Amino acid sequence: MTIIQFIILGAAMFAVGLYGVLTRRNAVLVLASVEVMLASVNINLVAFDTYLADSAYTGQIFALFVIALAAAEVGIGIAIVLMIFRNRHSADVDELDLMKY
Amino acid sequence: MSFGDWITEVGNWIFLILALVTFVSALMVVRSQNVVRAVLYLVITLGGSAALFLMLGAEFVGWTVVLVYIGAVIILFLIGIMITKAPLTSTAELSQPISAKVPAALLTLLLFAVVTWAVYQSFGFDTLPFPDEATRTGDIGRSLFSTWIIPFETVSFVLLAALIGGISLARRDPTVVEERLGERR
Repeated sequence: MTIIQFIILGAAMFAVGLYGVLTRRNAVLVLASVEVMLASVNINLVAFDTYLADSAYTGQIFALFVIALAAAEVGIGIAIVLMIFRNRHSADVDELDLMKY
Repeated sequence: MSFGDWITEVGNWIFLILALVTFVSALMVVRSQNVVRAVLYLVITLGGSAALFLMLGAEFVGWTVVLVYIGAVIILFLIGIMITKAPLTSTAELSQPISAKVPAALLTLLLFAVVTWAVYQSFGFDTLPFPDEATRTGDIGRSLFSTWIIPFETVSFVLLAALIGGISLARRDPTVVEERLGERR
């Protein structure tokens, strides 16, 4: 194995997730694309942990932190989307332009 | 490491299959015109990344991904879809029009190219040895509770804040509820 194969996979998945964030209109699917980006970062962290053979397992532990924060982010994100849907009857991010101008 | 050496390693074949499955399902997450299918493709993406973690010897992280992401986060997504009445049939409204997709695709391709070039410049084809054995969960726990104890406690505060925030967002405003009850009376 080489280290670069994991990083290229991570970069490709990050790019795909960014494309989803930029092009999706439904707020729930924007959050799903953010999850793809976070998963790609986790692949990088664990690959570098194995590469550096760190005795404190820094990479794996930061991957665990990313997982915990992603779970918190999704919980709050879905709660906000539900609040917006309750008030405006739409989960379309293009219609949320109250603070735009 | 030459390409001939690389392709003859059995582990790299497993990597290629897993990477292909993960990447294609990630593409389907952002391309699918059906909301529920997009979220179910996210399951395959996360399952593929968990398999890659197992391949790298990170057993605990891999099974945590399966438990936390596939077990809990996906359920949250599905509940979010059900409550927001997102259109379940194929419509054009799930994504931006093509005039927005093309610049987004160009931007992400540029990002991918820059990252790949930078990584190739710094690491070349450095080998990553196959781990002899999986990381022991006990070792991770010892490191977590000694070296990384302060970040760990900070994460617990973040989770508490998320819990309180989720509850306060999800419950109805009590004054609104009283007004509505008053209207009914």
